[in-house]
Amino acid sequence: MSQDSALQVKNLRVSYMTGKQEVKAVDDITFSLYPGERLGIVGESGSGKTTLAMALMRLHKPPAYIMGGEAILDGRNILALGREQMRQTRWSKLSLIPQGSMNSLNPVIKIKHQMADAIEAHERGWTRGQITKHIGELLGRVGLPDSVAEMYPHELSGGMKQRVCIALAIILEPSVIIADEPTSALDVVVQRVVMQTLNDVQEQLNAAMIIIGHDMGLMAQSADRLAVMYAGKMVEVSPIASFFNEPQHPYSKLLISSLPSPEEKRELAGIPGSQPSLLELPSGCAFHPRCPLAVDRCKEEIPLLRDFSGGRRAACHLVEDQAS
Amino acid sequence: MLENVLLHVKSAISYIWRTPKLLLGLALLLSLLLLSLVGPYIVDVDKARPISVPTRKPPSAEHPLGTDGGGRDMLAVIITGTPQTLKMGVLAGLVGVTLGTSLGLIAGYFGGRIDMIISTATDTMLTIPPLAILLVVAGSVRAMTVTDMAIIIALLSWMFPARTIRAQVLSLREQPYVHMARLAGLGDIRIIFEEIMPNILPLAAASFVGATSGAVLAGIGLEVLGLGPQRTPTLGMTIYWAQLYSALINGLWWWWLPPIIVLIVLFVGLFLVSAALDEFVNPRLRRTG
Amino acid sequence: MKQAYFIRRLVMFFVVVVLAATVNFIIPRLMPGDPIGAVLEELRARGAGMQSDSEDEIVAAYRARFGLDQPIHIQYFRFLFNTLRFDLGYSISYYPSKVEAALLRALPWTVGLLAISTLISFAAGSFFGAMMAWPRAPGFMQRFVPMFMILSAVPYYLLGLILVYIFAFVMRLLPLGGAYSSGTVPELSLRFLLDVIKHGALPALSIVLTSVGFWALSMRGVMVTVLGEDYLTLAEAKGLPDRRIFFAYAMRNALLPQVTSLAIALGTVTSGAVLVEVVFNYPGIGWLLYNALRSSDYYMVQGVAFFLILTVAVSVLVVDLIYPLLDPRIER
Repeated sequence: MSQDSALQVKNLRVSYMTGKQEVKAVDDITFSLYPGERLGIVGESGSGKTTLAMALMRLHKPPAYIMGGEAILDGRNILALGREQMRQTRWSKLSLIPQGSMNSLNPVIKIKHQMADAIEAHERGWTRGQITKHIGELLGRVGLPDSVAEMYPHELSGGMKQRVCIALAIILEPSVIIADEPTSALDVVVQRVVMQTLNDVQEQLNAAMIIIGHDMGLMAQSADRLAVMYAGKMVEVSPIASFFNEPQHPYSKLLISSLPSPEEKRELAGIPGSQPSLLELPSGCAFHPRCPLAVDRCKEEIPLLRDFSGGRRAACHLVEDQAS
Repeated sequence: MLENVLLHVKSAISYIWRTPKLLLGLALLLSLLLLSLVGPYIVDVDKARPISVPTRKPPSAEHPLGTDGGGRDMLAVIITGTPQTLKMGVLAGLVGVTLGTSLGLIAGYFGGRIDMIISTATDTMLTIPPLAILLVVAGSVRAMTVTDMAIIIALLSWMFPARTIRAQVLSLREQPYVHMARLAGLGDIRIIFEEIMPNILPLAAASFVGATSGAVLAGIGLEVLGLGPQRTPTLGMTIYWAQLYSALINGLWWWWLPPIIVLIVLFVGLFLVSAALDEFVNPRLRRTG
Repeated sequence: MKQAYFIRRLVMFFVVVVLAATVNFIIPRLMPGDPIGAVLEELRARGAGMQSDSEDEIVAAYRARFGLDQPIHIQYFRFLFNTLRFDLGYSISYYPSKVEAALLRALPWTVGLLAISTLISFAAGSFFGAMMAWPRAPGFMQRFVPMFMILSAVPYYLLGLILVYIFAFVMRLLPLGGAYSSGTVPELSLRFLLDVIKHGALPALSIVLTSVGFWALSMRGVMVTVLGEDYLTLAEAKGLPDRRIFFAYAMRNALLPQVTSLAIALGTVTSGAVLVEVVFNYPGIGWLLYNALRSSDYYMVQGVAFFLILTVAVSVLVVDLIYPLLDPRIER
């Protein structure tokens, strides 16, 4: 891949400060994202994926605080920007398709005004006519009729609202789009179609996209690379094909084997045990109590995310690089 | 059992200590209660009768708060008037909240047509200024006592409690444990008393404070118009007499100011307690940081 | 959908008006004794101050109005019919003037005072309350507004008394009472207008000071909820300026429940304002009421009660009719 990454996250740490206790929700995360690439991030709820997304937008609210790290976008560390600079960066460089899309649109303002104000906030110097034309064109691109511009959110179906959110996210042609469980509120049939729309507009822009979710099927359909988060840490990042064919981390293996496969109607395996509380993380590798392969070393030493051949990375003591 | 009660009392006390609003509010209310209870032992309350002392005297050693135009000692008037006002407020608040809670419970729990009737009645009554109805009633009743007034006011102060309790019961009704109780074959009466009642008590307590405050407000309003009990020197009637005999433009500030101060202490006390209870019931209002 | 909403509001309005008239009819008849007879007795007793023929006229007018020999339901419908076409009977103190004439003369003063002071306190209170919930509000807001909240516990007229004493009696900055200087004739001139404003300042101030905290308190509660909504997160993500987020996204939505509570609170606000008029000798409905009570002008008292309910019902109707303009989802 090319050297110029769209977004480079280095050692990002986000914690919730409750009383005197520090809960590490995002613990030392490093990854890069390239133009046109779709990176899927999966993990159980509470694994830190939404906190990661909110911190990258700097929309995290107290008691969550960014404790360290960098996020380089367009040559600048956005975590160090001033308030006004960050405001300008949001949406023009970095946009969001939110998790709760059902309620993400202001119920009392017409769609066109909710789209126009994003443009006006960034002083592109467009005329009113240009803005209206642009909005109409965007709505068309996500498969909605022009008339939607004049509507209020309550007049739209869930799928239509999500399409509006997609149109909104590309309105300023950002270089990075963060989609936080973009289809979780929709029914299964609509999910695939909306996801396809999202992928299409992202490809047209050649924007980089982070897709956060827990639906492995949708990830397989969309993502180029897949990252797995567990208890605030990234435990594996691999290209999508090799992830499904040769998962590196034992947790990834369990995730894949828990998927219902279309060929053999096998029982859902599930993963034994549950994710540990972030307040009382186990020593060493946080996954070791649930890991079928755990050895003594796993209880003592926290595994680092190491590079393997084929652009794969994994944080597990037991992974040997087969290719090397 | 006793240990349990003690534990509750203990946690309640520690909550009060941690909530300055509640502490200050209770302190204000207690000071008024103390004034009403201890006052009669220190001051000769007979001087609250008309023409028992010289008229229109400014505060002095003999009459610490002066005397009014009817020949009453103002300190004695305040000491006898305060408990009357408290009594009226608490009585009206109790009756109003009991009424409102029952109606809200019935409407919220049973729903359907009963709910429609009660809710419509509540919403309609809420838009009627209570003073208007009180006027017609008070104008028709020739001689009114404090208790009469409390009852009449109570009949007009059930709407807010009914509204809040209904909303709460509506959400409680859908709670899993209520469904469980229903599946287990518990009767409606038992579900209401065992599963729902304990959960609306804090809200009912908050409504009680609000209703008491509203009742005193309505009562004082009637009294200031001269419609209160004519023979009892309540705080509102004192303001009425002061107003009637132009105490203000004659510079007799000691006539109208003391009852106003007592009333302000009462209202602020009730307000602080009710605000603290609201925050207790609805934790989202508590400020963080 | 919208039609159903309007029809329901109109029906509620008429129910309230009929209810108001019914209350005026029933309550005097529920009381022990014969209150209407008692009123007539009182009229006779007060006859000394009037010409004897006018006294007989009033008594006759009352008898005819109530048709006391008719069956009760006929009495009721006749009363209802008369009330609904604003025939509220003769005033005792203003005879031969009718009750409705005196009320219509007083109404503009009450409505003017009430509307202006309520609008000011609603707008200011909502704004302050919203600022209190706003995390990036200037710090002084947090300290400054609670004072008004404490003040909101004080009845309007009690604060009014204190204000008159300080500003009118001790400092002599503003007039003691009335709506305009005695001796001036109401006219449409700048001088008269200034005079009215000067007289209205203290009554309005006492209403505003004591109600602004109420609106601030309830707005803060709603605002806290709205600030947690997903559309606020998205607004911020869009990089909108704070001003736009605060007004168009947060406050705009928080105002909706606020407007609903305005409709509910109007009854209490009006009652309080009526008492303020008593304190300030302001020639509105409250002052009329006070004098009617002092002279046992019972049908005037009933008329005031009916008018109060009517005033509030009309204001509630207006608020309800404005509401759909603010909230596109009115079928709720």
